[in-house]
Amino acid sequence: MDETWLYILAMAAVSFAIRTLPLTLCRKEIKNRTVRSFLYYVPYVTLAVMTFPAIMSATASVYSGLAALAVGIVLAYRGVGLFGVSVLCCLTVLVSELFL
Amino acid sequence: MKDREWYVKGLRDGLPIAAGYFAVALTLGLAARQAGLTWLQATATSLLINASAGEFVGFSMIAGHAGILATMLMEGIANARYLLMSFALSQKLDPDVGLGRRLLLGFDITDELFGLSMAVDGRLSPSYTFGAMTVSIPAWALGTLIGVLAGNVIPARFASALSVALYGMFIAIFIPPARKDRVVAGLVALSFALSYACQRLAIMTEGTRLIVLTVSLSLGAAVLFPVKEGGRHG
Repeated sequence: MDETWLYILAMAAVSFAIRTLPLTLCRKEIKNRTVRSFLYYVPYVTLAVMTFPAIMSATASVYSGLAALAVGIVLAYRGVGLFGVSVLCCLTVLVSELFL
Repeated sequence: MKDREWYVKGLRDGLPIAAGYFAVALTLGLAARQAGLTWLQATATSLLINASAGEFVGFSMIAGHAGILATMLMEGIANARYLLMSFALSQKLDPDVGLGRRLLLGFDITDELFGLSMAVDGRLSPSYTFGAMTVSIPAWALGTLIGVLAGNVIPARFASALSVALYGMFIAIFIPPARKDRVVAGLVALSFALSYACQRLAIMTEGTRLIVLTVSLSLGAAVLFPVKEGGRHG
């Protein structure tokens, strides 16, 4: 067998183990208030850190990325749903890059 | 909501993730080809692992004939943050959720699916994440495949628009709670600022930065502004 397949399987095994062990072993619910608060804040920090400044380098121009960020924030603030915000951010980049 | 409804919602919410994954996976496919993998090997890797940093690392280890053990070690380091995410997801599930569903959920923990799943109000129905996986895993694998076979075939303009789909979705997740909860608003602003500072000063790789900032900021907020059970602050 090609050695590369061994590498791939070994990598997959490590990845699977890391991702599933806590989910399967730590099933007991932790009642501690600090832990629960921590878990409440986690997704927002994770998503915010992933969004910025990455959004500026994902696009062809820094400015189209920033425009998408601004449009996204305004729309989400006004209650537009997840899918709508996402599509309109894409359109913002498409349109603004026609001019940049 | 029933599991079925959660699944359908997941399919829908997973579309922006799928779009973003497709764009990123094209580059990944290119890297796989440069590392000497066949299209089948690269696509299989993306189906089995679904982690950009983890796969990039893996491909360069394969290209360099680094040895199986060293590759496993690097894979572990590149994926270490998923340990914490897996733990957090476990706390978000009903303790009664069975082993099979936990294994399936864990199989595809990514930064994006984690963020999406954790942001659900109350308990997470795994069906929601399964719905998002149903559209995002094939998009990831297909992007990889096309990347290997044809390189970057889609015009840069569309690739850059597609990759923003992901960020648009993130924004739509963290802005509404930030509007209702001042602490979340402050946290989002602080996350932006520190993430930007770390990138400018070139401190830590992207994956490390994500986990270090997530843990420190969320922990800081939890200690300073603990939330009431199920409640938020004004």
